[in-house]
Amino acid sequence: MNPSAPFSAAGESSGSKKPAPSGREQNFQHLRIEKISRNFGATAALAALDLTIRSGEFIALLGPSGCGKSTALNCIAGLLPLTGGTIWLDEKRIDQLRPERRGFGMVFQNYALFPHLTVRRNVGFGLKMRGIPGNEIRRRVDAALELVQLQAHADKLPGRLSGGQQQRVAIARAIVIEPPVILMDEPLSNLDAKLRLEMRAEIKRIHRDLGRTTIYVTHDQDEALSLADRIVVLNDGRTQQIGPPEELYAKPANLQVARFMGYRNILELDLERVEGSFAFLAGSGLQLQGIAQEYLTLKRAVIAIRPDDIAIEPAQRKINEVHPRNVIFGQAELVEYCGRDYLVDVLAESGVLLHARTPRRIVTGDRLKLVVSPERVLAFSPA
Amino acid sequence: MSSAASIQRKTVDITALLVAPGVCLVLLLFLYPFLYGFVLSFSAHEGAGLRNYVKFFSTPFLSQTIATTLWISFPATVVNIGLALPIAFATRRHRLQRLLTAILVVPITLGTVLIAEGLLLYLGPQGWLNRFLLVTHLSTLPVHLTHNYWGVFLSLVVSGFPFAYLLLLSYLTGIDPVLPQAAATLGASPWRQFIHIYLPLLVPGLAIAFCLSFVQAFSVFPSAVLLGAPAGPTRVISIAAYQAAFEDYDYPMASAIAMIMAGVQLLVVVLILAIRLLFYRGPTVGAKG
Repeated sequence: MNPSAPFSAAGESSGSKKPAPSGREQNFQHLRIEKISRNFGATAALAALDLTIRSGEFIALLGPSGCGKSTALNCIAGLLPLTGGTIWLDEKRIDQLRPERRGFGMVFQNYALFPHLTVRRNVGFGLKMRGIPGNEIRRRVDAALELVQLQAHADKLPGRLSGGQQQRVAIARAIVIEPPVILMDEPLSNLDAKLRLEMRAEIKRIHRDLGRTTIYVTHDQDEALSLADRIVVLNDGRTQQIGPPEELYAKPANLQVARFMGYRNILELDLERVEGSFAFLAGSGLQLQGIAQEYLTLKRAVIAIRPDDIAIEPAQRKINEVHPRNVIFGQAELVEYCGRDYLVDVLAESGVLLHARTPRRIVTGDRLKLVVSPERVLAFSPA
Repeated sequence: MSSAASIQRKTVDITALLVAPGVCLVLLLFLYPFLYGFVLSFSAHEGAGLRNYVKFFSTPFLSQTIATTLWISFPATVVNIGLALPIAFATRRHRLQRLLTAILVVPITLGTVLIAEGLLLYLGPQGWLNRFLLVTHLSTLPVHLTHNYWGVFLSLVVSGFPFAYLLLLSYLTGIDPVLPQAAATLGASPWRQFIHIYLPLLVPGLAIAFCLSFVQAFSVFPSAVLLGAPAGPTRVISIAAYQAAFEDYDYPMASAIAMIMAGVQLLVVVLILAIRLLFYRGPTVGAKG
């Protein structure tokens, strides 16, 4: 163990007098998660997650329910023992420490506020466990409540607060101990749509102001895209892709990630030929040119297109007109008005159903011409 | 939740009438005998009014039974709750918990007479325990655990512990397991999780378990006769009532003793519930909007 590492100096705590890390140390360099895995019986809930997080970074763990993202968070918090792998805070190995010795702040999905304690005592709980004197607890709790704008509710029991206020208490309780890392487990999933947007901005603001390293679990790609510096996409316990939001959005590494990033049009077609990075595909009455995202060897390939990348124009096809590549004729089957634009389900002449988004006003039954740029057709090997 | 309840309150719910037969049965089987006994307790062979009560409290042989009963039932209740709490806590997520629960249900179903017989067999002067102690020379004289205070006390523990355990177990498993986890992430050791999270949330359960266990122990009768010394140290209040009713055929006096018994139980229950009011009594899950 390296005694010069800032966190280990506090964490060692010279014997057993100190109940928990004092929490004032943010100045670590890296949280290194090395090939951690967790099995439940014979099934692997999390397999070999490998991730190095810089101090101050905001990481989102994104994936469908049951993908292992909450398992990963509980493993990092110490609430679940690892089946394999190690976790390091700089040079200090922490994966064998109990949760109360790791001192990571955690915001739970159902907030897990202590129902028998007032807001003030909920927020002050972690400080009390650290043996901090009462007047300092009071000062720091006041500061935390001010940060989340809840000073007026300090003496209420959690049961008397609204969902959004409870959420703020949970966040204040986690940040007041000034933990090296804050863990959030789908913190917005119990809020209504409007409040979710507000709290999302609130979390972003708090992260900007405090710069605390944050690991945030969500199944909502919008949350992950808007909040995170880097996103980790998980599926079936396996890491699919790690990268900045822009990279994942534009260049998903595989079909699972593409599905998750809103590529709703996914079709398996015949692969005609590959020229450089371009793939030429046909099938289901479509003729498409796209970009090969991986090495395509088989005769079939799967393409992924986002609804936003399909341009719609009303058009009648002239009889016997041979339409060029990346142009599809069809009819509006279902139109959803989304305020800013319309989400249209288009039934192509060949019988394939495609999703497209357009600001143009479309009515069910309209004859349409769809155009998609080859750069926005992503071709993958079939799974 | 509360808005749904208030809407229901406004409309007349005809299905509520389905409760009527049950209410009638309770009135007939419980309230009528109680009121009958209450009225009867104020009558007497000669004269009427408070004569029976005056006689009870002015005759030490009778009034002492309250102290005797409390002296057995109170410690037995404290021991039952005191044992049930840590054992329920330790086994709340144990894989053998179901087996333990099943084993503990047995004494409840057996009834006190069978328990008394079993205890006589094991703990009596010629019982297995004493034979073992004498053979191994751990004791030179038989240990007297039957036909005295300890016999009744042990039988109350055997019959009362499973009840307290099952009750507390259900209260414990009703506490959201995320709460102690949250406490752990905030730096609370398992012991402090118990003190700061489990215990305060368990106060209502402890109060109810204590009241029910106490009432059960206070009305002890068969084991006080079979395992105790019903003429002396374990002459509990129910024995006094039995003797008044079926040895002296003084039903008014027996009724008065029964009323006094109910009064003492009520007093203790009210006291415990009043203490509970000083503590938190809300939901035991992490609150949600």
